[in-house]
Amino acid sequence: MRHLSYLAVLAGCVLGTLPLEVWLRTRVYARPRRWLLAVLPPAALFLLWDWYAIAHGQWSYDPGQTSGVLLPGRIPLEEALFFVVVPTCAILAFEAVRAVRGWPAGDEPVGPPRP
Amino acid sequence: MTYTELALAGAALAVLADTALLRTWLLRRRIYWTAYGIVLFFQLITNGILTGRRIVRYDPGTILGPRLAYAPVEDLLFGFALVTMTLSTWVWLGRRGAARPDGG
Repeated sequence: MRHLSYLAVLAGCVLGTLPLEVWLRTRVYARPRRWLLAVLPPAALFLLWDWYAIAHGQWSYDPGQTSGVLLPGRIPLEEALFFVVVPTCAILAFEAVRAVRGWPAGDEPVGPPRP
Repeated sequence: MTYTELALAGAALAVLADTALLRTWLLRRRIYWTAYGIVLFFQLITNGILTGRRIVRYDPGTILGPRLAYAPVEDLLFGFALVTMTLSTWVWLGRRGAARPDGG
C-alpha cells in the first residue's frame, strides 16, 4: 500500500474539498467546461516545468511511494493528477469564499440588478 | 536554471498574467487573498506530507536551502504561481461567459 502514498494525498485533497461543492454550492464541477478550461492551460505549463526539473534532476520521486506509472518525459502519473487536483481545490476554495462572503471577483454578470 | 530561478520566474509570470495579460487583477481583491490564505494553509500540510515523508526529494544544489514545513521555500512561489494562474484564468473565463445564463 506504501506505493499509493502520493495518490492517497491527492485523494485526500479531492475528498476534503468535495463538501464545498455539495454544501456551499460552489458549482465548479457543475461547470465542467469552465473548470477544465481554467485548469488545463496552467497544468500544461507546470507539466513542462515538471519535465524540465525531472530531466535536470532538480527533484525526484520515491519509487516506493508512487504508483510507478510514468507518463512521457518520465513524469509520474501522480504529478499530472497533482496539476489538476490542486488547481481544482484552489477554485473550490475561491468559490467557497465567494459563497460565504459574497465578495466580488470581477466576473459578475453586468446589467440591471435583479429584483 | 535552478529551481529558485524558475520559481521566481513562475511567480512573476503569474503576476503578469493576472495584471497585464488577462487583466483580472485578482491581486487587488480580498476574495483572492482570502482564498489564497486558505489554500496556503492546506498547501503547508499536504506539501509537508509529500516532502516530510520524502515522497518528493530535491537536489540540494538547485534550492536555496531554507525549508518551511519540510518543503523548500521555493515551493511557496511554485504554489503561488499555480494557484494564481488558475484563479485568474477561472475569473477571466467567467468574465467572458458572464453573459451566458450558466455563467460559463
